[in-house]
Amino acid sequence: MNGIHDMGGMQGMGPIEYEEKEPVFHAPWEGRVLAMTRAVTATGKLQGGLRPPIESLTAFEYLRMSYYEKWLTSLTVRIVASGLLTRAEIENGHTAEGSTKSVPALSVADVPAFMRRILPMRKDDVAPRFQIGQHVRARNINPVTHTRLPRYVRGKAGTIERDRGVATLPDTNVYGLGEKPQHVYSVRFSARELWGDQAAAQDAVYAELWDDYLEPA
Amino acid sequence: MGTTRRDFLTTAVTLASATTMRDDRAHAEEHPHQEVPSDLALRVKSLESLLVEKGLVDRAAIDAMVDVYENKVGPRNGARVVARAWMDSAFKQRLLTNGTAAIAELGYSGEQGQDITVVENTPKVHNLIVCTLCSCYPWPVLGLPPVWYKSAPYRSRAVIDPRGVLRELGTELPSDVEVRVWDSTSEERYMVLPERPAGTETLGEEALAALVTRDAMIGVAKVDLPHVGGRG
Repeated sequence: MNGIHDMGGMQGMGPIEYEEKEPVFHAPWEGRVLAMTRAVTATGKLQGGLRPPIESLTAFEYLRMSYYEKWLTSLTVRIVASGLLTRAEIENGHTAEGSTKSVPALSVADVPAFMRRILPMRKDDVAPRFQIGQHVRARNINPVTHTRLPRYVRGKAGTIERDRGVATLPDTNVYGLGEKPQHVYSVRFSARELWGDQAAAQDAVYAELWDDYLEPA
Repeated sequence: MGTTRRDFLTTAVTLASATTMRDDRAHAEEHPHQEVPSDLALRVKSLESLLVEKGLVDRAAIDAMVDVYENKVGPRNGARVVARAWMDSAFKQRLLTNGTAAIAELGYSGEQGQDITVVENTPKVHNLIVCTLCSCYPWPVLGLPPVWYKSAPYRSRAVIDPRGVLRELGTELPSDVEVRVWDSTSEERYMVLPERPAGTETLGEEALAALVTRDAMIGVAKVDLPHVGGRG
């Protein structure tokens, strides 16, 4: 989606507001939101990805909300959409009578291993469509869904730098509409290809792009 | 706490009206150290209670996870990785070949670090990491990202004007250096291996790690020796 979140290359966002000795969380609730998001996700009952509800915010809301406020919004929207709590329960602040505990929650004993786990790489037998060193062009597409193809590379030519192996396609997988496993590549774009002569000739931007985002140049 | 509670819970689903939130924020700015729970804090507390009642969340597990984020992960982990690479060329080679595996040798792994690529700064190449679409960041080695890294000014400009971003944050790059910006659009995460500063030949691994900053591992700064007589 060509939303405000896809902001690479935009100008006019103001100076970087750097905070010295920044705390990990600026208020205790921020840490609770992050940890709850991970804990509910770990139950396997939370549908959808973190980002689509955030990317569906209006540009005004997106820029107004703090980072963890956006996470809270996404968690709440997905909890309701997944049927884990009803809208009425959230509005009333207590669970409906007769509601049952359906799943074992992530326990405190599970936390150390959960926080350090490395998931195995996918082993799908999918052939790469492109080879290292090959010239490619990012497709000029404008999906209305979640996508990891940033606007600033669309239609631009680059070179396959590395093959990262196989991953599911977020554009469909995040909605449960198909994993579409395929190769992901690190693609090098020269800064001048992206931004014209104002960029230094030797500079470059690398983006990680899925097979479906690319075509031969 | 009936009516009030219902009010803030409603906003959790429907999104708060801009007016309410503006008032809330203006109030917070007037009283930066106030102890009164904010509307957001109350919404989160209530949501947590509901999730605990439903058996979806164990409060002790949430406490333990917050403790990990606040006290166990952070840029000190990454600094140890960098110092080890500066001291041990075989480790450095493994780090640049398979970042995730080499980093795991030091005991660091987990969410947002399933695939970590370490990119090396040299006198000719300067690397910078960003996530233009969201906030991707290598948690096991750098901890959670600072607010500025997730903010619109950094995300928008890092790809189009990396030299300007560095200048704004206090580092001027020579014009003949190649700047490589890494946009974290997939599950791949990046960490910059900064250049080891001259004059550190006699330092041990721990002393070297103490020099390495979070910003140097994002690529918005270089590693400097502390100024003589400075804060060290």
